[in-house]
Amino acid sequence: MSEGAPTYDLGKLHGGLRLPTEKEASTARDIRIAAVPSQLILPITQHVGDPAQPIVSIGERVLKGQLVADAEGALSAPVHASSSGKIVAIEPSPVSRRHGSPAPCVVIECDGRDEAIDNADIILDYRELDPETLFHRILYGGIVGLGGAVFPTAQKLMQASTLPLEYLILNGVECEPYISCDDMLMRNYADEVLSGAQILLHALGLPQCYVVLESDKQEAIHALVDALKTLDDPRITLKQVPTIYPSGAEDQLVQLVTNREVPTGGLPTDVGCVVQNVGTAAAVHRWIITGEPLISRITTVTGDGVHTPVNVLARIGTPIADIIELAGGYTDRAHHMVVGGPMTGKSVTTDRVPIVKATNCVLVLSKAVPLSDEKQCIRCGECAVVCPVQLQPQQLFWYACADNEAKLREFGLTDCIECGCCDLVCPSHIPLTADFRQAKARMQELADEKARAERARRRFESRTQRLEVEKLKREQELAAQKEAAKKAGAGAIKAIMERVKSKVDSDPAEDD
Amino acid sequence: MEFARRDAPYVTPSTSVPAVMLHVLLALIPAALAYVWYFGFGFVFNLLIASLFCAGGEAVMLRLRGHSAREGLTDLSALVTAVLLAFALPALTPWWVTATASLFGIVVAKHVYGGLGFNIFNPAMAGYVVALVAFPMYLNLWTAPRMGDLDYHYVTILETLRYTLTGSLPDYLTFDAVTRATPLDMVTSGLANMRTFDELRAYSMMGDFGGRGWEWIGNFTAIGGAWLLLRKIIRWQIPTGVLLGLLVPSGLFYVLEPGVHASPGFHLFSGGAILCAFFVATDPVSAATSDRGRLIYGLGIGILIYIIRRWGSYADGVAFSVLLMNMAVPAIDYVTRPHIVGHPKRRWGHN
Repeated sequence: MSEGAPTYDLGKLHGGLRLPTEKEASTARDIRIAAVPSQLILPITQHVGDPAQPIVSIGERVLKGQLVADAEGALSAPVHASSSGKIVAIEPSPVSRRHGSPAPCVVIECDGRDEAIDNADIILDYRELDPETLFHRILYGGIVGLGGAVFPTAQKLMQASTLPLEYLILNGVECEPYISCDDMLMRNYADEVLSGAQILLHALGLPQCYVVLESDKQEAIHALVDALKTLDDPRITLKQVPTIYPSGAEDQLVQLVTNREVPTGGLPTDVGCVVQNVGTAAAVHRWIITGEPLISRITTVTGDGVHTPVNVLARIGTPIADIIELAGGYTDRAHHMVVGGPMTGKSVTTDRVPIVKATNCVLVLSKAVPLSDEKQCIRCGECAVVCPVQLQPQQLFWYACADNEAKLREFGLTDCIECGCCDLVCPSHIPLTADFRQAKARMQELADEKARAERARRRFESRTQRLEVEKLKREQELAAQKEAAKKAGAGAIKAIMERVKSKVDSDPAEDD
Repeated sequence: MEFARRDAPYVTPSTSVPAVMLHVLLALIPAALAYVWYFGFGFVFNLLIASLFCAGGEAVMLRLRGHSAREGLTDLSALVTAVLLAFALPALTPWWVTATASLFGIVVAKHVYGGLGFNIFNPAMAGYVVALVAFPMYLNLWTAPRMGDLDYHYVTILETLRYTLTGSLPDYLTFDAVTRATPLDMVTSGLANMRTFDELRAYSMMGDFGGRGWEWIGNFTAIGGAWLLLRKIIRWQIPTGVLLGLLVPSGLFYVLEPGVHASPGFHLFSGGAILCAFFVATDPVSAATSDRGRLIYGLGIGILIYIIRRWGSYADGVAFSVLLMNMAVPAIDYVTRPHIVGHPKRRWGHN
């Protein structure tokens, strides 16, 4: 599709909400570049999976782009220094992933020189590399899914490459209100996004890639169309989708673009698709083409709690407090801070948490959602109308209150994507998503407990069985001995008696 | 800077239970005015008495159940029950009949089952049916509709008040002078007496479609209902179901055996059919919840209304139909669960 005209054919998505986008303010200004902070706080867990293991020691000087914590264990991803400086601590520090509670971090005192490690030798033409090598290269770049799930990209590609695939889908659908970092990325770095797409296509050996974004992102569309013209790659096609929340959620996007439902408990690869965020593609480009690992990202700093909402290009590890100034600082009404969007983001208790790979948005809001005005469910069913997975939240809520695990499973609690649509339309103001999250955790706990009990039971059973077998064996041995004794018969006894007797006779002194 | 901790989502819900109930109340204003215009001021007295007893019953029950009475009353659901009762009752209704219906609806049908959200039966309809069974003589007396062209005594506000408080008319008035058989009564008894529908239709009482007065209340009710649909307070499935459930069988019988059945237009605009379609059957608490389920629920109500009107011993069957379908809701909900995205497609009712 070298002429680059966007196409419209789409599958259907159930429900969803047309929310006020609230993106005008943050997209009205150019991306601002955050200065090197005095301290960089790098959590060793910025991805799903096992934490990375620090490989630096306190006092050591590190350069920008240098590995500070290496991938270790399942679904892990390495962490790199995002500026030069001295390691001053490896200690727990507040992180957004835990709402501002501490988690292990590597802390770098920046020297302000921003001296980069020389990566020139690792830059190779990716087209010469076989997929396996390319996957490993991507892993060492610390690249994870930047759409919010932070699944290590290399592992995702590796898992996918063993399966029959049809499409690579680049997700530029930023359906949650306020967030505009992907929009700004596509406007300003469309060439990097598409170059990343080419690398991913090569790695997966796929013939087709859709770059998908909403129809209200006209500037981004123009930028992509222009970049596509320059690139002239017939494998890449742009697709527009309507602006509906949550069309950017992975499974929902696959449904929209291909009209295929991702099976319950499954992955998009089950229906032949690999989905990557546009930011991830750009990060892949930076690492593979220029040798810069994932050490910075665009973050939207917005909400009515800051003066001038804006997108900020900041180093990973920069404390949020340091970039608030770029958005004009807090207003007097700033009341709570959300990392992520207003529908699914995490509320944090302090702005000392750092920007991490997952931080697409810092939302400062003035109004608090009123608490505790929850009323009884009146079964109006509006939640079912908007549920993109076509669940019946009113039934799930009922069963969650009753702790009815079997019914919760039957009615698809585990299929809930926690998009928050049901909360927004509930006239009784029931915090459905929070309740479902809790019910899921409880269900997981029960399952874990069951598994533990099952293990204990099996251990007990095998022990009983072992004892049983041993007992049986002993009995058999005893029986065999008895049998042998019986077979030997009276003759043997007589012989023994005689032997004893002769002994007594021949050596009477022994009796003394 | 430190911040307060909250749970996602951080967007304030756009609607609330009191807002929903308020919409329902506002949507009924045109129909209420039409009712007063055609059948007299008794509606207002009934409404006041029903409101008093519904709200009182609600407050006492909430207190007994350990809830805050104020919080429960401000959801306005008790007031909606009162208004629906006032629509169901004749303009001339003694206060104790209204009080019985209100208290039974709120105390037994609503709070004994666990209050708002847990009641299986529509409280207004349950209360009305109890009054209908307990005081049949009072609930069959409807004042004659305002017709303009008849020599007819209209009960004054004072006469109505006196009747409401004492259950008797002044000596100079008889029931025959101020009340008339409702069009539904006329048609039911007329058809039973081997008269054709066209003969019956010739009476001026019968109006254009569903009876003088009734059809206009129906029109204004439908306008209110349309507004609720536009505001997405109610969804189309239940009203469509009720109306289709009533129109299809009545139309079929009307066409197949002309003369011995009332027209579908008459069925639609007479009695409480339209009120039921938009305001009674759509009570979310006692209705089915899935889209398909709501269509089936509505259809069931419509068909039952027709069956009761045509072959039952009551002239109208709205309240009974609603209560009967209320009972069927759990089963309907079970077999009409929507297909969960990503789950294997299943046949009805099976996983």
